[in-house]
Amino acid sequence: MKKEIIIAGFGGQGVLSMGKILAYAGLIDDLEITWMPSYGPEQRGGTANVTVVLSDAPISSPVLDTFDTAVILNQQSLDKFESKVKPGGALIYDPYGIHRAPTRTDINIYPVDAMDATLELNNSKAYNMVVLGALLKINPVVDIESVMAGLKKALPERHHHLLPLNREAISRGMELVNP
Amino acid sequence: MKEDVKLMKGNEAIAHAAIRYGADGYFGYPITPQSEVLETLEALMPWETTGMVVLQAESEVASINMVYGGASTGKAVMTSSSSPGISLMQEGLSYIAAGELPVLVVNVMRGGPGLGTIHPSQSDYFQAVKGGGHGDYHFIVLAPSTVQEMADFVGLGFDLAFKYRTPAMLLADGVVGQMMEKVVLPPARPRRTEEEIAIQCPWAVTGHSAHRKPNVLTTLELDSAKMEVNNERFQRTYRLIEDNEVRYQEYYTDDADYIFIAFGSIARICLKAIEDAREQGLKIGLIRPITLWPFPSKIIAEMSHKCKGIMVVELNAGQMIEDVRLAVEGRVPVWHYGRMGGIVPNPPEVLDALKSHIDNA
Amino acid sequence: MNPEDIKRPENKVYSRPELLCDVSMHYCPGCSHGVVHKLVAEVLKEMGVEHNCIAVAPVGCAVFAYNYIGVDWIEAAHGRAPAVATGAKRLNPDRLVFTYQGDGDLAAIGTAETIHAANRGENITIIFINNAIYGMTGGQMAPTTLEGQKTATTPYGRRVDLNGYPLKISNLLAQLDGTCYVTRQSVHTPAAVRKAKAAIRHAFESSYSGHGTSVVEIVSTCNSGWKMSPAKANEWMVEHMFEAYPIGDLKNTVEK
Repeated sequence: MKKEIIIAGFGGQGVLSMGKILAYAGLIDDLEITWMPSYGPEQRGGTANVTVVLSDAPISSPVLDTFDTAVILNQQSLDKFESKVKPGGALIYDPYGIHRAPTRTDINIYPVDAMDATLELNNSKAYNMVVLGALLKINPVVDIESVMAGLKKALPERHHHLLPLNREAISRGMELVNP
Repeated sequence: MKEDVKLMKGNEAIAHAAIRYGADGYFGYPITPQSEVLETLEALMPWETTGMVVLQAESEVASINMVYGGASTGKAVMTSSSSPGISLMQEGLSYIAAGELPVLVVNVMRGGPGLGTIHPSQSDYFQAVKGGGHGDYHFIVLAPSTVQEMADFVGLGFDLAFKYRTPAMLLADGVVGQMMEKVVLPPARPRRTEEEIAIQCPWAVTGHSAHRKPNVLTTLELDSAKMEVNNERFQRTYRLIEDNEVRYQEYYTDDADYIFIAFGSIARICLKAIEDAREQGLKIGLIRPITLWPFPSKIIAEMSHKCKGIMVVELNAGQMIEDVRLAVEGRVPVWHYGRMGGIVPNPPEVLDALKSHIDNA
Repeated sequence: MNPEDIKRPENKVYSRPELLCDVSMHYCPGCSHGVVHKLVAEVLKEMGVEHNCIAVAPVGCAVFAYNYIGVDWIEAAHGRAPAVATGAKRLNPDRLVFTYQGDGDLAAIGTAETIHAANRGENITIIFINNAIYGMTGGQMAPTTLEGQKTATTPYGRRVDLNGYPLKISNLLAQLDGTCYVTRQSVHTPAAVRKAKAAIRHAFESSYSGHGTSVVEIVSTCNSGWKMSPAKANEWMVEHMFEAYPIGDLKNTVEK
C-alpha cells in the first residue's frame, strides 16, 4: 500500500495541520510517512500545500510530481494541481470560492461542501477536520481511531477538550460524500 | 506502534539528538528554514535536565564566536543556521578550523546568492567542502537525506570532530529540515564530566591550570616557519580523515548502465526516478555521498569503469559535479542536472533529463 | 657598602608579580598596557583565582597578552572577545572570565558583541584600554579618537562632519541594565595606578560573584601612535583625553 496525497489551499485553512494529523495517524498505524510542507511566509496568507506519503514500504522521494489524491481548497491550487492527479486518482475539492470547476474525466472528482458544513457546525476552526472526514471516507488510508489518537498527539493538552468537536467535524465531513 | 518511534521535522530531530548526545551547548540565531532547531531546544529546556546551555545570540557572528569560546574549554558545542547566516559565520569557522576545535555546525541550506530565497537549495556545496573562510582548511561535511540521518549525524558529527580534533558540518537542505518523518532518537547519554574533558582534551582552556602549564588557544603564529608546521599538522589530519572516514551509499549499482550521483534530499528524488525507470527497463543506479568532504572519489572512479554515463543532480548550477569529474577523469560522460532559486525537481523531471542525454549520446 | 648586603629579603620592596611571565613584552616604552597587565596579574593572584580563570585576548596591541599573564587564555577574532567570553562563561559558570580589549576591538568592529554581552549581563569583566588610536596597525583613527586629533587616517585631524564623534562607549554601557560596575580609570601616576587596581579588583569580584557585566576603561596613552615622548603623552592625555573621557565611576551597583 502506498498513498501519495497533496493537500493545498490558503494559508490559515489548516492545510499543514490536516497533513500533520494524517501523518500522526499513519505513525499510529505503523506506516512509513513523509510530510513535506511548503514553508515560510506563505503559511500565513498565501497558498500553502503539503505532500503526505503513507506507505507500508520505505518511501524514497518526499517530493512528487503526481498524486493519488489531491485535496484542493482554493482556485489557485485547483489550477495548479488538477493536472497532477494520476489517472484513476481522486480530486477532492470544496466548491466554495471555486469559479472554474475541475474538468478532467479520467479521475474521480468529489465536490465537498465543507465550508457550508463548517458554518452549520458553528465552528470555523473545524474546517480542516470536515475536509479530512471527506478525505477519509473516499480514501480510508488510516484508521479513524488512529486519527483521533493522532489529533490528541498533535494538539497541545490545553486544547484536548476540543477533541469531541473535531470528531463531530470529521463525521460531518464523512457524511458529505458518497464515493 | 513502537513507543520509541517519533514523528518530527528534521530540524526538531537535530535538537532532540543534540540533547541526547550530551551536547554541552548550543548558540544560534533564528533564520528560515532552520529556526525550529533553536525553538525546539528552548522548548525542551535541556538546562533543567542535562545541563546543556542554550542561548539565542544577537547575530550569527556572535553565535559562532560563542561556539568558539565554549569549544575552547573542551565542551561539545554546536550552532545551526542557514546559508546567509553561515556566510556571516565564515570568519569564526576559519578560526575554529585553525584552533582545531571539535564543534558541530549545521547548515540547512536555502537558495542564494544574497538574501535569496527561503526555499531548499544545495548551493553552499563549494562553501562547505572547499573552505568558505580564509586559509587552507576543511570541515568534515555530512549530508543527511532523511530525518533519521538528521538525528544520527549529530552524534556522528560530534564523534568525528572529537576523534580528529576538527570541526564537522552537517550540510542539509530545506527539504530535510522541514519535512516530517519517523525517527528513532539515539539513546540518551550523560554529558562528560569536567574530569573526562580534562583527560580527553588536555589542550582545553578549562581555566583549571593548577597542575599544568596554562593552556592558550590561539590561531595566531607570526613565525612563518612555525605557522607552516601548524599547516602541515592540519593537512596530516585531513589526509587521515580522507583515508578513514569516506562514507557513501550505493543503490542499484550492480547492473546499472547509468549512475545518478546526488546528496541529501535530492538523492531520494533520484531514487524514485530510478524506481520508475526500472519499471521501464532502464538500468540506473545511484551513489549518494554521505561525506561530501572527504569525497567518495574512489567508488565513483570504480563505477566510471563499469557504467556508460553519470548524471550529477544538485540544487545548484553545478558544484559537486567538479569533484565527480575529477574522480571520473573523462572515462565516461558526466552530465549535470540542476535547479536553482529554491526549485526542487521532481522524479520524472530528473529521469527525463538523463534520458535526453542518453538519447543524444 | 657591599651590594650583596642589600639584596636581602627584608630589604625587598618590589618584585615582578608571580603571574606576570618572565618574558620581554613587545609593548612600546611608555605604553599603558604593561602597567595594566601588571595590575591584572596582581589582582588575579591576590584573589587566588589564577587557577580558576579564563581570559580572552583581543586583536590589537594586546593580542599577545596570553604570553604575559600566566593563566588560561583564548585568543579571539577581532572584536569577538565578549562573544567568546560568553561561550566560555556560560559553559563554565564557576570560572572567573574576563576579556582584555582595545578601543578598536571593543568599540568599532566588536560593538555589537560588547553591547549585547553587557545587556545580557554576562558575568564577565571587560578590561578596556582606550588610547584613542589603532596602535598595532600603525596609528589609524579609532572610534574614540578625539575631534581634531591627527592619526594616519585623519592626517589633518578628526573631523566630526566626516568621521562622527568620539564614541563614549562606557557611558553607553553604563546605561544597560546588565552592567553592574562601569568605571573609567588611568595609570599615569602612582595614585591613579592604585585606584585602577582597586577598580579592577572590584570589577573582577562583582562579575565573579554573579552581579553582571563589569567594565574597567583605562584611559591610556599611545606615545608611538600619538608621536610624542611618554612624558608628553601623559600630559596630552590629562589635558585632552580626560575632558572627553572623565575619570571616575560611571555606574556601581555592588558595594565596594
